Amino acid sequence: MDLRINNTSLIFAMGLVLVALAIVYREKLDLGKDIIIGVIRAVIQLVIVGYVLGYVFKLDNNIITFTMVLVIIFNASYNAGKRSQGLPNAFKISFIAILTATSLTLVILLLSGSLVFKPSQIVPITGMIASNSMIAIGISYRNLNGKFADQRQQVLEKLALGADLKQASISIVRDSIKAGMSPTIDSAKTVGLVSLPGMMSGLMFAGVDPTHAIKYQIMVTFMLLSTTSIASVIASYMAYKNFYNEQKQLIG
Amino acid sequence: MYEPIIELNHVSFKVADKLILNDVNFSVDKGEFVTITGPSGSGKSTLLKIIASMLSQTAGTIQYKGKKIEEYDPIDYRKEVSYGFQTAVLFGKTVKDNLVFPYEIRQKLFDQDKAIGYLEKVGLDETYLTKNINDLSGGEKQRIALIRNVLILPEVLLLDEVTSALDEENKKIIGHFIEEMNQTEQVTVLWVTHNPSEVAESDRVISIINGGVKEKNGLENQ
Ligand SMILES: Nc1ncnc2c1ncn2[C@@H]1O[C@H](COP(=O)(O)OP(=O)(O)OP(=O)(O)O)[C@@H](O)[C@H]1O
Ligand SMILES: [Mg+2]
Repeated sequence: MDLRINNTSLIFAMGLVLVALAIVYREKLDLGKDIIIGVIRAVIQLVIVGYVLGYVFKLDNNIITFTMVLVIIFNASYNAGKRSQGLPNAFKISFIAILTATSLTLVILLLSGSLVFKPSQIVPITGMIASNSMIAIGISYRNLNGKFADQRQQVLEKLALGADLKQASISIVRDSIKAGMSPTIDSAKTVGLVSLPGMMSGLMFAGVDPTHAIKYQIMVTFMLLSTTSIASVIASYMAYKNFYNEQKQLIG
Repeated sequence: MYEPIIELNHVSFKVADKLILNDVNFSVDKGEFVTITGPSGSGKSTLLKIIASMLSQTAGTIQYKGKKIEEYDPIDYRKEVSYGFQTAVLFGKTVKDNLVFPYEIRQKLFDQDKAIGYLEKVGLDETYLTKNINDLSGGEKQRIALIRNVLILPEVLLLDEVTSALDEENKKIIGHFIEEMNQTEQVTVLWVTHNPSEVAESDRVISIINGGVKEKNGLENQ
């Protein structure tokens, strides 16, 4: 292995941040503060995560691994909830969606023998699954909010004709599920051609033969398809009811 | 024996301290044809939306067949008390999508012959079924929206200026179409209109001015 990045090389690599900052100031983009906060947060978060994971991997204790999984799911749900633009119960819905998507996918990966139950596999894979679910749910929420606003009158017409909430919303719900899933499907189409994704790149960096590394990437592609579809379905079906009140009237 | 089918008692509607409807009282008997009129912004649409359970009043009660409307499941209630919006919008892709919808939500088979019959009654024809909703004129959309309300006959029809985008001739055709529903099928009709000739033709007119009932003629029981 030839992994010799060190603190000194990172400090030099920070020049890359200066490039971004220079562009931002030249073009008066008013993003300088965000970049600096982003960089500082990334460094601090990653340092902490590095030490925590090192400890968890060494310990190899099932309870601790489970706890890590739950913490990841919790964080993903919290962030998905924040992206919901004020949808009620967004955290609860996100948590149920991400928990279900993650558990089902992990169980299938374990049963199929693609993964073994040890923290160095379970924790990073959970991270990938949960963050992709989070993004998928975020897109579904945005689509629900947008479509319920754009198609407000159509929904009202359906309600006035006596449609129940599901009948009045189903076209929007389906569209939102589709929106949540489509980035994963799109990236499945171009994987390997445009980007060499993180999983595969990481393994190749660590010296694993590309023909073996792609097997993990294939597994990741499968698992992300399943995860984002489960998460979007659950989140969209649970969330649409929040656009209505007790009297089954469209809110707002 | 003339049990009112709809009865409003002290109905008010307030949004952010603005009183839009103020203590509205009237009742409508089964089979009646009632016209609601009044200046723009007086609260007519709001009143109809409340009766349709699309909005809830902030004070007072509305009874339907002797029971408060809140006691019904709103979905069942709206199937019986059908509301046609002032600015009708069609959904889906084609006219047929719209006409199938009332059947779809009741898990019933679409009665295409009946739909074509109604299209013809309002001055349209069979070819409209497959037309794209974006290719229709405002008046055509209004007529299709109206058919959507009556394909499966409701008990009460609440119509909000549904002839506003039509020329005089089509206004007449639609007026007769609605009258026919009322006379041959005993559908109770409450419709909002500004059109003087439509107002003149009705047996009973309720004027809403500034959120309140200002004058009534014909029979009514308070
Ligand atoms: N959700 C709402 N929030 C605030 N104001 C509202 C709301 N809905 C209606 N209004 C106001 O209430 C008043 C009555 O509106 P409504 O649509 O019932 O009038 P209308 O009698 O149907 O008028 P038109 O003849 O122009 O259709 C208007 O001043 C309107 O701006
Ligand atoms: Mg109006």
